[in-house]
Amino acid sequence: MSAAVPGAVASTIAARRQAGSGALIGYLPVGFPDLPTSIDAAVALVENGVDVLELGLPYSDPVMDGPVIQAATQQALANGFKLRHAFEAVEGVRARVDAPVLLMTYWNPVLQYGVERFAADLRDAGGAGLITPDLIPDEAETWLAASDAASLERVFLAAPTSSPERLKRCVELSRGFVYAVSTMGITGARADVDRAARTLVDRLRDAGAENACVGIGISTADQVREILGYADGAIVGSALVRALAEGGVAGVADTAARLATGVVA
Amino acid sequence: MSESAPLPGPYFGEYGGRYVPESLVAALDELTEAWEALKVDPTFKLELAELHRSYTGRPSILTEVQRFAEHAGGARVLLKREDLNHTGSHKINNVLGQALLTRRIGKKRIIAETGAGQHGVATATAAALFGLDCTIYMGEVDTERQALNVARMRLLGAEVIPVTSGSRTLKDAINEAMRDWVTNVETTNYVFGTVAGPHPFPAMVRDLQRVIGDEAREQVLALTGSLPTAVAACVGGGSNAMGIFTAFVGDPGVKLFGFEAAGDGADTPRHAATINKGRPGVLHGARSYLLQDEDGQTVESHSISAGLDYPGVGPEHAWLADSGRAEYRPITDDQAMAALRLLSRTEGIIPAIESAHALAGVLELGRELGPDSVILVNLSGRGDKDMTTAGHYFDILDRDAEQM
Repeated sequence: MSAAVPGAVASTIAARRQAGSGALIGYLPVGFPDLPTSIDAAVALVENGVDVLELGLPYSDPVMDGPVIQAATQQALANGFKLRHAFEAVEGVRARVDAPVLLMTYWNPVLQYGVERFAADLRDAGGAGLITPDLIPDEAETWLAASDAASLERVFLAAPTSSPERLKRCVELSRGFVYAVSTMGITGARADVDRAARTLVDRLRDAGAENACVGIGISTADQVREILGYADGAIVGSALVRALAEGGVAGVADTAARLATGVVA
Repeated sequence: MSESAPLPGPYFGEYGGRYVPESLVAALDELTEAWEALKVDPTFKLELAELHRSYTGRPSILTEVQRFAEHAGGARVLLKREDLNHTGSHKINNVLGQALLTRRIGKKRIIAETGAGQHGVATATAAALFGLDCTIYMGEVDTERQALNVARMRLLGAEVIPVTSGSRTLKDAINEAMRDWVTNVETTNYVFGTVAGPHPFPAMVRDLQRVIGDEAREQVLALTGSLPTAVAACVGGGSNAMGIFTAFVGDPGVKLFGFEAAGDGADTPRHAATINKGRPGVLHGARSYLLQDEDGQTVESHSISAGLDYPGVGPEHAWLADSGRAEYRPITDDQAMAALRLLSRTEGIIPAIESAHALAGVLELGRELGPDSVILVNLSGRGDKDMTTAGHYFDILDRDAEQM
C-alpha cells in the first residue's frame, strides 16, 4: 500500500478496522434510473450505513457485469448517460454526504476522455479514485502516473486464480484497497459466497495487503458479517441495484440499512 | 516461404495487449504457454497437418478467374479457394488447432462467439469430432438472419444461446462468451474466432490461419514464376486477411489490401469500416481501432454481411495500417453484392458476401494495377449461407416458395 498520506478510502477503512469491524462498500450505477435519482440513491446509501461509495459508469460492453447491472447500465445509456455526468454525480453526492466516492469504470471511456484529464476532473469533483475491472497492472502505466499526479486512489482486482507474483504486484500498486473477487464469475447475488474469498484474502495478507475488500455475490447482512470477520470491507452491488430498480430510493435505503446491520462494531 | 517471423504479441506497435478482468489472466497465460509449446511440437504439427489433409481438404486449390478478371482491368486474378474447405470457410483452420490445444490443456468444454455463424459451425464441428461439450453464443439478431447456421450448430450437438443484451449482435456475443469464460474458466476453453481479443488470440489465430498464405505463396510461385503484385482479403475481425497476408508481409514488393464493410457508405452512419472511420481504443481485451462515440461507447456497426458486422478489428491490422504496410479500403453493401453476382455469373462460383467485399475491391484494384499485375484474392467462404439475403437483395425468390 501507499507510503504516502493515506487517501480517503484507506482512512475510512482504517477507522472501521480500529473500531473492530470493517467497511460496507456500496455500488450503484450513475444515471440509473436517471441522473438525479442516482445521486439521491447514493446519498441514501451513506445515510443508511454505507461507508464507501462505488459509482459505476455505464458502458456499452460490460464484460464483468451480470444481468442486473447490465440491465441498469443499459437503461442509463438509453436515457442519455454521458461521461460528464459521472463528475456531476460525484460532486452532487460529495456536496451532501462525507463518504469517499470511487468510480468503477471500464477502461475505454477513460482512455477516450484522456487519462490525465479524467484524473484531474475526478479529483476536482471530489472523487477518491477509480476501480478498474478491465485494466490490469500490466497495462496501467498511464493510469499509475496520472493517479499519482492527481493523488487519487486506485483499486485493482485480485482473483482466486491470480499467481502469487500477480497478487504481490496488485497489492504494491493498489491504493485504498485491493478488490478481492470472491468467486470466479461476474457480478450478481449468490446464495453462498465462496470459501475461495477467505483463501484469497489470506493470500493477499501474505502478499502484504493492508486493506482487502471482498466483492461479487454478496447480498445479505449475514454475508457482510461473515466477510468482515476476515476482510476489511464487503462490497455489495447487484442487491442494491435490484432494490433501487424495484423499490426506488426508499427501497435501496432499506436494503442498505439491512446490510449495515452486518457491520458489527 | 517468407523467412521473417511475424510478431509474437502481446503488442503490435501500440496495439494489442490484454485489457481483461484479472480473473481471466491465469487462463490467458495458460493458453499462451500451451500454444508456444504446441506450435513447435512435431507431433502437433503432424496431427494438424493430417486433419487439414483428410478432414478439411487442404491444401485448398488456386483458381484463376479469367472471365471475372475481364472486369478488373485485365489483371490476372487468382482465387485462394477457402470456400471449398469442410464447413465452407477458412474458420475451420483455426478451430481444429484450438481444439487440439483444448485437448492438450485437459479441458472438456469449449465455448465460442459467432456472427454469421461460420465460426460457430466450425467450432461445433470440431467439438463433435473431438467429443467436447460446446456452447455457442450468437446475437439474437444474427440467430434470426442466419437461422440455417443455428440449425447446423444444433444438429452438430452444440448448444446455441441467443444473446439478448446490447445490440444483440457479434460484439454482444463476445461479451457473453467472456462472461461464461470468467465463470467457468477452470473447465472451459474459449475458442476465439478471429485475430482480435486479448493476447494470445491475435497471434495464435493468425498462426493457425497463416496456412492460407503459406500455401498460396507456393501455388502462385508455381503457377506464375513470381510473387503476386497484390494480395487482397476482406476484413471484419481480420482472420482470413491475416491468414493470407502473413506469408507476404516480409515481401516488400507485394502490396497488401484489406477491404472493410462500408455498409450504406463509409460516410453514412451505417457501416463497419473500422480502420477507415474508427479511432484507437480498447474493446474486447485489446487496443486497436474501433467504432466509438466521443465518450468511448462502442457504436453499432452495419453491414449486409453478418461476418463483417463488427465495430472492432484485430490489433495487427491496426499496426499494418498505421505503418503503411497494408492498405484498407471501404466497400459498400451494393459493391459487394454486385461482385457476388459477377463472380457467380462469370465463373460459376457463389462467394460468401464477406468474401465478395474483397472481390469488389479487386475490380477497382485491377484497373489501378493494370493488365500486367497478378492479384491473389482470399475467397474466404462460400455463399450457401447467404442465399436468403441474396434472394431478397436481388429479388429473385418466388413469393410462394419463400419460407425463411
